[in-house]
Formats: sequence, C-alpha cells, structure tokens
Amino acid sequence: MVSELINANPVVYEKKERRVRSTPSCVDEYAVEPIDQLEIFDHLRDIKDPEHPYSLEELKVITEDAIEVDDSNSYVRVTFTPTVEHCSMATIIGLCLRVKLMRSLPSRYKVDIRIAPGSHATEAAVNKQLNDKERVAAALENPNLVDMVDECLAPSNGLAG
Amino acid sequence: MESHDGAWSLKEVQKLEGHTDRVWSVAWNPAAGVAGVPAMLASCSGDKTVRVWEQNPSSSSWFCKAVLDETHTRTVRSCAWSPSGKLLATGSFDATTAIWENVGGDFECVSTLEGHENEVKSVCWNASGSLLATCGRDRSVWIWEVLPGNEFECASVLQGHTQDVKMVQWHPTMDILFSCSYDNTIKIWAEDGDDDWHCVQTLSEANGDDLTIKVWETDSAKMMSGDGYVPWSHVCTLSGYHDRTIFSVHWSREGIIASGAADDAIRFFVESKDGSVDGPSYKMILRNEKAHDMDVNSVRWSHGENRFLASASDDGTVKIWELVPVI
Repeated sequence: MVSELINANPVVYEKKERRVRSTPSCVDEYAVEPIDQLEIFDHLRDIKDPEHPYSLEELKVITEDAIEVDDSNSYVRVTFTPTVEHCSMATIIGLCLRVKLMRSLPSRYKVDIRIAPGSHATEAAVNKQLNDKERVAAALENPNLVDMVDECLAPSNGLAG
Repeated sequence: MESHDGAWSLKEVQKLEGHTDRVWSVAWNPAAGVAGVPAMLASCSGDKTVRVWEQNPSSSSWFCKAVLDETHTRTVRSCAWSPSGKLLATGSFDATTAIWENVGGDFECVSTLEGHENEVKSVCWNASGSLLATCGRDRSVWIWEVLPGNEFECASVLQGHTQDVKMVQWHPTMDILFSCSYDNTIKIWAEDGDDDWHCVQTLSEANGDDLTIKVWETDSAKMMSGDGYVPWSHVCTLSGYHDRTIFSVHWSREGIIASGAADDAIRFFVESKDGSVDGPSYKMILRNEKAHDMDVNSVRWSHGENRFLASASDDGTVKIWELVPVI
C-alpha cells in the first residue's frame, strides 16, 4: 500500500446531472436500443478512484465526451485523464475501466482504453499495457489486483464521502 | 490490394465446444491424421484445462477425447506436441510447464517443469524433439533437454530480452530458436557446441505495431552447409489488411499464410508472382469476417496434405476449417 497518496488534494468536480431517459410512447419489446455514449458513461462514472473516496466522474478522470462508441461496429474507445501526470494508479484505473466494460457490455464489443494524449509521463507504456490482452488476462488472475479492482467497482453505499 | 476471394472459400467443418473460458492455442498432433491414425488436436484455455480432440475415422466428426485438468492452477496459455506425437507440453500462467504422455488414449502428466518466476507464455519443441523451449513474463527463455524416462533437464536459461518474452519458435529444420518479446524485438539463439546458447541476432523494427505481418529471409542452404550463421533480413511487410491486433500467423506447406485477429476474422495470403517488386510480395486471397464471435487467438494448419485449419477464440470454441478453391 502507498503510504503517501500520489495526489493528496485532488480537484473534485460536481457530478453531472443524470439525464432520465424518456420512455417512447410506442414500446417495441423486442427492439434492442443501440448502446450510446451516455450508456457507456453510466457504466463508468461511479467507479471509485483507487486512492480517494471520489468517483472517476467527480475527479473528471472520465467524461462523457471522452467516450467514442459505434454500436453498429461494436466498438468503444474510452480516453481517461489521470489526475496527475505521474499517477502510478493509471494502470489500475485503466484496468477498472476495462473490467467494468467487460462485465457490462455484450461480448461482441471491442474495447480500447487509452490515456488522454499529453496527460501522463509514460503514456505510451501505459497504453501498451492496457491494450495487451495477454498481460491484462494474467493481471486479472492476480487476486490482490482483482480485489483492488473490485473495490473500485463496488457500488458506493450511498453515504456521503 | 483487392482479394480475389471468388477463387477460395473457407468451409467450417466443425465447431468444438467444451471449454468454459477463452481458448488461447491449438496444436495438431503431427503423428496423427496419417497412416490410419485418427487426426488429433489439443487446445488450451483460460479455464485452466487442456482438451484433446480426436476425429472419428468413420464419421469424420470430432469429439473430445480427454480433458487434462487438475494440474494447472491458472490459464493454460500454450500447448505443443512433440514431433513423435507422444508427448504434449503445456505452458501455464501458473509458471509451470506440464508434460503429458499419451498412454493408450489416456493422458498422464509425467513431468512438471519449474523454473520460470511467473507466467509461462509459450512452449515449443525443436524439429527432432530433443529440446523444448519455454518463455515467459520473467524475460527469460529456457531450453530443456529431453532425457530418457520423461526426464527434463534445464540446458540453458537465456537472458537478453528486457521485457516479457511472449513466444518462442524453433526453426523447422535447424536448432535455431526465435523468441519474440514485449520489448519489440525478436532474438535469434543458436548453440556453438556444448550447450553454449547465445543470441546471434536481434531483429528490431522501429515502427512495430500489431497490425502488420512481416516476412524475413535468410540463405538457409548456406547456413545448413556449415558456412556459419547467415543473418535474417526483412523482405516484406503486409500492411493495410488488419485493423485490430493480429494474434497468430501460420504458414502452410504450400505457402499460404493464415492470420487470426482481434476482429474475429481469419485471413489468407499467398505470394504474388507479380515480378514488379524487388523481393517477395503477398496478396490476400480470402478474408473470413465472422470466423468466430470474438477474437481469434490462434490459427494452425494441419500437417497433412490437405488444407485443414484449426482456430481458437475468446468465444471459448475451437473450429476446424477447410480452405477450398471455388471453381
């Protein structure tokens, strides 16, 4: 465990108001709604930062605009911005994003995760790790790492942070 | 380049189901599928098991002959049959390599090779079956000598790569070993008599990405005649055909290159007898777009005279295919 937080005083942003989807007047029970940017964002916004009691949305590590989705081609790319340039938690955050999408999206989906260009000192190295399927698979067999990821992914209990 | 896919078609022969997690690799038993011996295939998976599949000679359909379980405690990443077909090596993220022997249709784990510090990523036998190479995330390549009584002895531990070693492959006729690494290089290892293995060449490409296939060449006749080592040189790049990671490539006896990629597709390339460029060039003859429902991790041609191909996927299945010309 890190004894000193990498970023002891992160900037915390207000959570974006959640849009309520209106139900169409004519509901086709069999119609599958294409997955859009907001849906992806909804899967990711409440993931907790590994170090601070805030969500990735509150820390603006991920935003709705940083999500590119093409449902007809089953493709999504998420760009995230670590709070500091030397954030060593960048790979953990990236892993959390990948795991959450893996568990939430249909298996036909291809997922690319990357760090916002220019926002991290070892951007290329982190991106390479996050998109190496074999390394990710091996990492996810490490119980300590999985515990860490699961903690970030666990729904918050609703009490004020 | 436009593919002339009117001329070829990939027929799905059978889908082999059973694994409960992604299938990483497949390997055809080189001693099976000939001389009346039913064809046999091994597959290994994230479900920690290895499955051996066999073809029923009368019905031609494939069935699962054995499930090799309760040995590896993590993903089995790679599997390879010895040239005699009697032994199967399986490399796992649990840092061990298991050796299985085919004892009258039953598979028994006869040896467990330990030594790697963490995940083993690839295993490969040399042409004569006297040596087994393994590699892994600990950046090392191990060469094991096969001794009588299914004993294995470490002959050499090759250091040199600066990051994970993802794959090892022996040359089909010479005892030269190739290793590919996360450090973006390929190293070539040879022995100068007396178990002294060292790196004889490093292939590095500044523009390496996982969307291209590169072809390298050497003067093997000169090398085999004992004139010393002849370096490999890069002669061709196949780019623009893949837009997601290529996980596997395999060359058939006839020179057809098959590729398996993260877009669920299998592609085939042959040398184009264009004559207008210096050195070989290749053209794509077929792209099978939805070969699987998820990433294709491995493609392997069978050893026989036919054009059978096996593929392994994240969708948990293995598929047997036949590439047929369409007249």
